[in-house]
Amino acid sequence: MLPFTTLTGIAIPLLIDDINTDQITPAQARRSLHPDYHAAWFSRWRLDEAGNEIADCVLNAPQYRGAPILVTGRNFGCGSAREGAAWAMVARGIRCIVARSFSDFYRANCVQNGILPVTLDQVDMAALERAVTEASGTHPVTVDLEGQAVISPDGERFSFTMDPAERMMLLEGLDDIGLTMKHMSDITGWEQRTAEEQPWLQAIPKV
Amino acid sequence: MLGGAEIDVREMHRNMALTLFDKIWNDHLVAVRPDGRALVYMDRTMLDEVRAPHVFARIEQRGLAVRRPDLTFVVQDHSVATAPGRTETTRADSAEIILATRASSHRHGVRLFDLHDPEQGISHVIAPELGMVLPGGTHACADSHAATVGALGALAFGCGSTELEHILTTQTMALARPATMRLMLHGRLDPVVTAKDVILHVIGRLGVDGAAGHAVELAGPALTAIPVEGRFTLCNMCTELGARTALAAPDDAVFEWLHGRPMVPAGAAWDVALAGWRGLRSDDEARFDTEIDIDCTGLEPQVTWGTDPSQTIGISEAVPDLAAAPPGREAAWRRALAYAALPSGKPITGTPITRAFIGSCTNARLSDLQAAAAVIRGRKVAEGVQAVVVPGSMTVRRQAEALGLDQTFKAAGFEWHESGCAMCAGGSGARANPGERIMSTTNRNFEGRQGRDVRTHLASPAMVVAAAIAGRIVDVRHLVAGEA
Repeated sequence: MLPFTTLTGIAIPLLIDDINTDQITPAQARRSLHPDYHAAWFSRWRLDEAGNEIADCVLNAPQYRGAPILVTGRNFGCGSAREGAAWAMVARGIRCIVARSFSDFYRANCVQNGILPVTLDQVDMAALERAVTEASGTHPVTVDLEGQAVISPDGERFSFTMDPAERMMLLEGLDDIGLTMKHMSDITGWEQRTAEEQPWLQAIPKV
Repeated sequence: MLGGAEIDVREMHRNMALTLFDKIWNDHLVAVRPDGRALVYMDRTMLDEVRAPHVFARIEQRGLAVRRPDLTFVVQDHSVATAPGRTETTRADSAEIILATRASSHRHGVRLFDLHDPEQGISHVIAPELGMVLPGGTHACADSHAATVGALGALAFGCGSTELEHILTTQTMALARPATMRLMLHGRLDPVVTAKDVILHVIGRLGVDGAAGHAVELAGPALTAIPVEGRFTLCNMCTELGARTALAAPDDAVFEWLHGRPMVPAGAAWDVALAGWRGLRSDDEARFDTEIDIDCTGLEPQVTWGTDPSQTIGISEAVPDLAAAPPGREAAWRRALAYAALPSGKPITGTPITRAFIGSCTNARLSDLQAAAAVIRGRKVAEGVQAVVVPGSMTVRRQAEALGLDQTFKAAGFEWHESGCAMCAGGSGARANPGERIMSTTNRNFEGRQGRDVRTHLASPAMVVAAAIAGRIVDVRHLVAGEA
């Protein structure tokens, strides 16, 4: 996984609450063995029925093409647990999402893919939303994970807190399975103990 | 300071008292990693064909193996066609993942509930139906509605694909401990009012992120009065509260429901297991981070009017206006009202529909189909309405056919399908046309979920049948009474 340290880039203001995974990547994308997540990204909002770009969609605005940061609303990524909704961000080069809040599933999928999910306190978030909207792609935002701060387009600095496990994983690009494999003897021990105490949990009749 | 000492003792006692969630979590806690993540053992893992080929390929690329193929199950549910006579290639665009799922499941030696398997069905329906998930056990499923099986007193977590790789290779999840919430359901339900109506009402009250970060325990007299299959519906839709998971203490109704199912311990092992399961309840003194009380007395059948499941009203109510939006939700409501294209202040009854869908992990168990069929009473689906029943599993389908429910549905003009997720998320290719309005027993009414510019109204199976017959949204209680 690509480590995340500091990122400076244009932020897209997508100030809508409860953006769900059907909006981020419609379910149809999942029927393919190799889905085109670059194309699937917000396709219902970006594209009309014929597949042409909708001009007044903020995601199509020229100043936001290739922008690596998304600033968005409350309960972002609610709905499905589908990881394609995070892979679509990766496919589009989004490395950081600053939201009023995240759904639990979406937040976990972000961290697994090296996308930094940031939440600020309410007043700071409102100020960032204003600054990003006013900047309209002319000035960048900086996100510093080591210093746990966001620097808005007008230079104001907002600090944020983060779960230490998530922070460590992002900063070091850690391999989650590798971390757990160090506990293999604990896992085997648990299985042996449970096979004696609650054998029905460790052995299933074949059906 | 005798009084103070007494309080401290009580405090100590409280600190030792455990919730149901704590008991199962602690029992399955393998280790705590240096980064603070708890490694929680997963007794059963289930995955579907929209994840399986990808996840198995990643595991192979890394030179890893599925640690416990004997505890791992794969099902074809999300993308399969459901019209009778389906094959792998009925839908050309999903054939590839269906075939890849078959091949990769065989390579890893895991039990696959394949397209023509007599036990095939929706993961959250077949897992409890087979007794795969047990009280006091843990379950991981790569889908957001994993918590459905919490109704049996099991601890279940949904996950993404990368987390799934971790589970398949280590048999654990690396989790941050969620907060706990007790959702007490008080009062008594009126006839025809179901678990679906209760949970829609709860989501309406708490909002779509009302239980974010929480493990929800459902409890209270209204909960225990709801049959086991209705409790699946409740736990299933706690996902729509943003809950990390949901569960309910198992009682005799649960034990009876489970006894004799294929993967459940039998004979002496059943007795030993049962003795342990009887302790699966929150201690009286246990503390929850959040306590919510909901009174279910007098609750009406519910129907959603908007684009998320919190936008719900009683069937006799009018479509709300913007002024009724909860604080901070005005923008979301403005979008939803515009999309819904219903006049504020007018009753929702009378709204014409073009489709009726009975199916999904929320409401397609046998009791759901029985409740739906009971409304028909010789009546027919209205002209211009396409009505479909998709049983939650092939087992449910056979059971329903043994009761003659298929004949009742077909005689009324419903299509009677094979099992799968079907129109719930449109993953099977079953989608409505722009402008259509669907009454649906599913769990999400998101913009565009069942087709571009399609409006979805969530309701109970009985309400969906009533709308199918009337051709418009109606109060099922009137139809049952013969008034509509």
